Amino acid sequence: MDAIQERTASRPSAASAGEDAQLLRDYYRQMTLIRSFELRAAEMYTRAKIGGYCHLNLGEEATVVGLMAALRPTDYLFTTYRDHGYALARGADPGRVMAELFGRATGLSGGRGGSMHLFDAGLRMLGGYAIVGGQMPPATGAALAIAHRGGPGPDSEAVMCLLGDGTTNIGAFHESLNLAAVWHLPIAYIIVNNHLGMGTSVEAASGEPALYRRGSAYRIPGARVDGNDVIAVRDAAQAALDQARSEHRPRLLEAVSYRLRGHSVVDPAQYRSAQETQRLRAQDPLPAFRAYLIDHHILEPDTAVRIDEEAERAVTAAVDFADASPPPDTETLFDHVYATEVANTYRGLPGDTPIGPAVHAGSGGGE
Amino acid sequence: MAVVTYRQALHDTLQAELRRDENVLLIGEEIGVFEGSYKITAGLLDEFGPRRVRDTPISEEGFAGAAVGAAMLGLRPIVEIMTINFSLLAIDQIVNHAAKMHAMFGGQVRVPMVIRTPGGGGQQLAATHSQNLEVYYAHVPGLKVVAPATPADAKGLLTAAIRDDDPVLVLENLALYNTKGEVPDGEHTVPIGTAAVIRSGSDVTVVAYSRGSLVALEAARRLEADGISVEVVDLRSLRPLDRQTVCASVRKTTRAVVFEDDWLSYGIGAEIAATIAEGAFDRLDAPVRRVAAAEVPLPYAKPLERAALPDATALVRVIHETLDASGFTAHPAASTVG
Repeated sequence: MDAIQERTASRPSAASAGEDAQLLRDYYRQMTLIRSFELRAAEMYTRAKIGGYCHLNLGEEATVVGLMAALRPTDYLFTTYRDHGYALARGADPGRVMAELFGRATGLSGGRGGSMHLFDAGLRMLGGYAIVGGQMPPATGAALAIAHRGGPGPDSEAVMCLLGDGTTNIGAFHESLNLAAVWHLPIAYIIVNNHLGMGTSVEAASGEPALYRRGSAYRIPGARVDGNDVIAVRDAAQAALDQARSEHRPRLLEAVSYRLRGHSVVDPAQYRSAQETQRLRAQDPLPAFRAYLIDHHILEPDTAVRIDEEAERAVTAAVDFADASPPPDTETLFDHVYATEVANTYRGLPGDTPIGPAVHAGSGGGE
Repeated sequence: MAVVTYRQALHDTLQAELRRDENVLLIGEEIGVFEGSYKITAGLLDEFGPRRVRDTPISEEGFAGAAVGAAMLGLRPIVEIMTINFSLLAIDQIVNHAAKMHAMFGGQVRVPMVIRTPGGGGQQLAATHSQNLEVYYAHVPGLKVVAPATPADAKGLLTAAIRDDDPVLVLENLALYNTKGEVPDGEHTVPIGTAAVIRSGSDVTVVAYSRGSLVALEAARRLEADGISVEVVDLRSLRPLDRQTVCASVRKTTRAVVFEDDWLSYGIGAEIAATIAEGAFDRLDAPVRRVAAAEVPLPYAKPLERAALPDATALVRVIHETLDASGFTAHPAASTVG
């Protein structure tokens, strides 16, 4: 464990001294919204309103908000399956995100993707990806498209590709970094290191557990930042993106973060000791940021309470919207399987036959 | 109409589409400086430059997936995977990503990409370099899979694939690259999802695709001398599958044999046989037969390789057996028909 990982680090960096107060309050608002949303998502999952898998950003709010604050609207974002907070901080409507989790027609993707596959074309959030590392080659290809169309410079678009600590061991990680290096692509790969791939620790899984160094084989500069420090995360991500866009060279950033709960809602995280759990709670970035802002008179206590209540109200409204939304019509089952219609696409339901009754009509010999 | 090789037809089509649409680009191993393992892309780097003819490191998953991402942003990448065997290194990007995105993201994004890749054995390349894995991809909703047998269809189907907004796998075949045929001049597309009756006949239908369609034509020529009239259906497209054309032919001839280069169990022929059972059962005079590769990792030694691969001789034999099973008697007088 190095110094950065050992830091309790639940305070924003000194850089916040010169920060715009309104901006800091807005970061707090976003972090609070994510916290409320995720707690409610867990509740909705246990009430079977949400199906499948459900992975939460609880404990990672500073990382999520800091990273999203670094993106320009014209940049592209690819995320992992732990994606709710990113969608919210990128500006997606909480109601439509919750509706996607509920599998409703009003969800971001009409209920076709669910929790792990949030996508909002208008926000250039090009997907949550649930095959670990699956997002890396497409994100690299998005950066290729940007480079194909224009050169580097301060106005170039860029791609942010998020990945978990476990992803650094998959082939797609290495192939993508190498391609981005040899093709000179404007992309920032961000490792959100929450220390655990499901229950496997970074140390147990990685020959080089200092993950930000893992781009060195491709001469990709790496940096590590305290993921509990929203300002530090934002600044580090912005620096990585700015270098990527101005040079069309990839960057690697590791945000050291923590998830407060299990891998998914159903995981009780018994691989963690009670002591470890207590330690994680003690460095929870949300109350720490709240206390910091109040201590520094950036946030009045009653304003903080108001922001907390507004988040709760927004999440309640999101749940109400999702709950009131209709499920997708089964008539739409075959919508979007293909973008270009061609002849002879089979659209049978279970038990149907692709070429039966119509041909057999009046069977007995004649056509 | 010019007579050109299958290889030339592919090359000319890539060149024409690169000229037509600035968003088209080629991505693959050794396609630029080396001009392609099978020289399909010869000269294209010189004409279009490295931005549009992009050599890649040996990273099938990486560059196939990069094509997915580039397509999501509106480019129209054409990926060359050196042989279909290597596509297994990219199958996560093809099956789990390219095929899923339009549907899974509710129609918000399109993936207009093409994967060109040759299959086929018979070149003494042994077990890992001789496979016919098209059924892996033909199985997957969200993908389209075409398998042209002739230079004309190579042009027509590749053009259609490039202009299609879905991921399309274009199956080529090592044994076809040097074959020749007439190719229509100018604009020529073949609709994806349509089979073609490439030889008309009355006694038995052979259903085939890619190299197999040429084998079927060869078998039909041999049988014509015996007074047997063979109809050949060239599938051309494996997904979607033109079941109507297959069944219409079998309903006419009342007998069917499938010729396929892949392995028999769970292969393309199994799907065709099931299709015929569903769509022409009441007209069948004999069980549907399949001629497919022996189920072994293909050996290197020539006699073993030859023994394992389906050919015209095996097809002729199975057609005879199918006809015999239904008490068919050849009519030499009719041998000129077709």
